[in-house]
Amino acid sequence: MDKIYDLIIIGAGPAGLVASIYASRYRLDHLIFGAQQGGQMSEIADIENWPGDVIVVGRDLISRFVAHAESYGIKVKNESVILIKKADGFFEVETSRGKYQAKSLILAMGAEYRKMNIPGEKEYIGKGVSYCATCDAPFFRDKTVAVIGGGNSAAVVAIEMSDYAQKTYLINKGEKMNAEPIWLEKIHSSPNIEIIKNTGVIEIRGNEKVEKIILDKEYDSRGEIAVGGVFIEVGSEPGVQLAKKLGMETDDGNYIKVNSDMSTSVSGVFAAGDITTGSNKFRQILTAAAEGAIAANSAYKMLKLK
Amino acid sequence: MAIVFTDQNFENEVIKSDKPVLVDFWAPWCGPCQVMGPIVEELATEMGDKVKIGKLDVDENGETAQKYGIMSIPSLKVFKGGQVVKEFTGVQNINTLREELGKI
Repeated sequence: MDKIYDLIIIGAGPAGLVASIYASRYRLDHLIFGAQQGGQMSEIADIENWPGDVIVVGRDLISRFVAHAESYGIKVKNESVILIKKADGFFEVETSRGKYQAKSLILAMGAEYRKMNIPGEKEYIGKGVSYCATCDAPFFRDKTVAVIGGGNSAAVVAIEMSDYAQKTYLINKGEKMNAEPIWLEKIHSSPNIEIIKNTGVIEIRGNEKVEKIILDKEYDSRGEIAVGGVFIEVGSEPGVQLAKKLGMETDDGNYIKVNSDMSTSVSGVFAAGDITTGSNKFRQILTAAAEGAIAANSAYKMLKLK
Repeated sequence: MAIVFTDQNFENEVIKSDKPVLVDFWAPWCGPCQVMGPIVEELATEMGDKVKIGKLDVDENGETAQKYGIMSIPSLKVFKGGQVVKEFTGVQNINTLREELGKI
């Protein structure tokens, strides 16, 4: 029989890493797996709402989280988890490298970018369509670009792009942007950002590269806009396929239903971060970190205090 | 160890290579590229002499990046006989890369 760990944490973004820090301090013998260290956080340019840092680059903050977690002798394993299953009294986690057993699990796989599924989107990935402005903004210097989305991340990306692009269209399906007023103030004071509201994008066209987008209604008497780049920021979707195989309850949006102690519908399995319905669905680094701490505390109570 | 490709050595190391070459186009400012880097390193160690694996910093080697139309990073391209035979955009799992390189 292979070793049975107290806990396996799946996901190495803020929720998983904070869960690992707490688990180490509770002396829970655990493993943490992360195929993409930092998750979506590694793609954020400037984080301005993490307390103690007025402004911090996403990948810098995540490397501090990793260093903190690893200071307890844990190593974040770069292995993708293929399957999770329940066995007799423990859980088995199968990764790209092997099989591991644990008495409890914390699922912190986060969310990934939502695709629009419009014609041209997939074809032009890497040829003008991007989901990571921090990565790709410098390739669009002095060009015209479109940022699609109506939330905070679309607002942030439009501001980021306005430093590089000659002109940025921010295209929102709704009437109002659902973004922090501090970002909206910046957008309104940027002369090279133009907001197009109540308008959808139905197609991306080009030849070798993106050349234009097609709108669902006319704007400025045109049904299309010539752009060299399209940044898609239409929200995220939880990475929940593995959890579903465990028979875990989710809400209509596929987020894992959690109780206030981060327990799920499967006994012994906790969830934290963007993958859950927790924190009033306010998905932030701060709330993910907090959920990670609560999940580790609950695992500790279940394993050691009963 | 992954090789460092540059505008200067690209022709000799990649285009004229007798083995297939995996090139990881990256830049220091890109978070996901920092995630991709160690995976590419690990793959280079694992694959040994079978394929050539290396990285090209697009910030310092703009000519090659532009020639191959890089507009999104991390971007990985597999070259065989001087031609691009396979491309990936965004962070890739080590298994995917191992499998794809196995087919070439």
